[in-house]
Amino acid sequence: MSDTAASSVERIVVVGASAGGFSALQTIFSQLGSEFNFPILVCKHLGIGDEKGLVNVLAKRTGTTVLLSQDKLPMHNGCIYLAPGNYHLQVESRNTLSLSIDDRVCHSRPAIDVLFESAADAFGENVTAIVLTGANSDGAAGVRAVKEAGGKVVVQSPGSAEVKAMPKAAIKTGCADAILDLAGIADYLKQQ
Amino acid sequence: MTETYQDLELQLLLEAVKTRYGYEFTHYARASMMRRIRKHMRAAKTDRISDLIPLFIHDETAFAHFVKDMSVTVTEMFRDPDFFQALRKNIIPLLKTFPFIKIWHAGCATGQEAYSMAILLDEENLLDRCQIYATDFNENSLKIARSGIYPDSELSLYEGNYSKSGGYSSLEKYCSRGYDSIKFNGRLLEHITFANHNLVSDGVFGEMNLVLCRNVLIYFNSELQDRVLKLLIDSLRSRGILCLGRRENIQFSQSSEQLETIDRHQRIFRKKV
Ligand SMILES: C[S@@+](CC[C@H](N)C(=O)[O-])C[C@H]1O[C@@H](n2cnc3c(N)ncnc32)[C@H](O)[C@@H]1O
Repeated sequence: MSDTAASSVERIVVVGASAGGFSALQTIFSQLGSEFNFPILVCKHLGIGDEKGLVNVLAKRTGTTVLLSQDKLPMHNGCIYLAPGNYHLQVESRNTLSLSIDDRVCHSRPAIDVLFESAADAFGENVTAIVLTGANSDGAAGVRAVKEAGGKVVVQSPGSAEVKAMPKAAIKTGCADAILDLAGIADYLKQQ
Repeated sequence: MTETYQDLELQLLLEAVKTRYGYEFTHYARASMMRRIRKHMRAAKTDRISDLIPLFIHDETAFAHFVKDMSVTVTEMFRDPDFFQALRKNIIPLLKTFPFIKIWHAGCATGQEAYSMAILLDEENLLDRCQIYATDFNENSLKIARSGIYPDSELSLYEGNYSKSGGYSSLEKYCSRGYDSIKFNGRLLEHITFANHNLVSDGVFGEMNLVLCRNVLIYFNSELQDRVLKLLIDSLRSRGILCLGRRENIQFSQSSEQLETIDRHQRIFRKKV
């Protein structure tokens, strides 16, 4: 059943995380497991060389395919794609990812705003954006774009976040549809 | 619904730009291009992509800004040190078997990559036998490249990359310092020719032993990637070497069967006989 669906991606989930994100992502994904039938794109601020650890950990927690994104990589339902260090990850079309090395956004490359804005552009209302723990305001502009395109926005509750600034900035945009702790976010994704 | 007409508006804008100025952006990758276009819409305070058409047609300065934006010039000396280390270890010995060596850096931006290569070749006692052609379609970047002058604040990043790449001494040996800048020695430049070349509209460059086109193809859509990859391969002599960027691929391209992989991780390929 999921094989027939694999050829066409109907909707995507994009996740942004920064400081404290490594453990937040682990918590969400170990609760989610492989129970999802859409691509999940993750932008975690990281340095070059740190990617491999995160790919391996997420693969272990979810038991599903986790890939470090490459330029023009096709997307498949049920897989997780991680932004590589020093490149922005973008949704190029309904089926493909792309990379760029444009200037840093909020001092970051990869940047969450870049991922979210391109996702909103390609998938319109069929995007769910999730903002997790972090120390800057990356993701706030992206959350606005997702909301304007009709998508859904979920933000980690600042109280439950290791570093509160990034969720707070996202909430301040007034675009959040739900503010949840990590377990709540995992449940939310299961119901998608 | 503005969204419904977005593709049409984009197509019309790019057609207008092509007709008015001869710049062809029709096959650039969409997501990066939309970022730039949105930035220009914000600056021009317009809601629609098509509002940029009269602006770009009538205001050459506004269009010049757009072209500058479309050319992302982010680069470094010895960017991806592992790659330069692989070059040094595995490709230089191959090059050493030739009496004269031609190297093409396609999309060289402000030139740091070409200077890095010249330094590496110098350390391998090969520079005197080499000619480096470094090209870009951004004249402004080429001007900086020819000057060989970069902000001194970058030096520590560059030194770090250089030493991780297996450099033998110190970059300072190859440059002079002053006025918050570093300037690379003229001796390196003697072996580099910086020239304007547009990968979309200009042709084959010559018979190269080594072609580097790193982090340029990502700005093109798959169709244009195919076309440019073919151009790069056609510019190589038989068994010549092609290097792409760290996260770029040939596997989705039709020309890939003309290449064999030498180093999968570092994206180093060789043209088949
Ligand atoms: C991100 S830089 C890459 C610089 C360097 N190769 C590196 O990897 O560090 C991309 C370069 O591609 C150039 N470029 C984009 N489109 C081009 C075209 N059609 N023809 C030639 N150069 C182009 C841009 O001007 C820019 O300098």
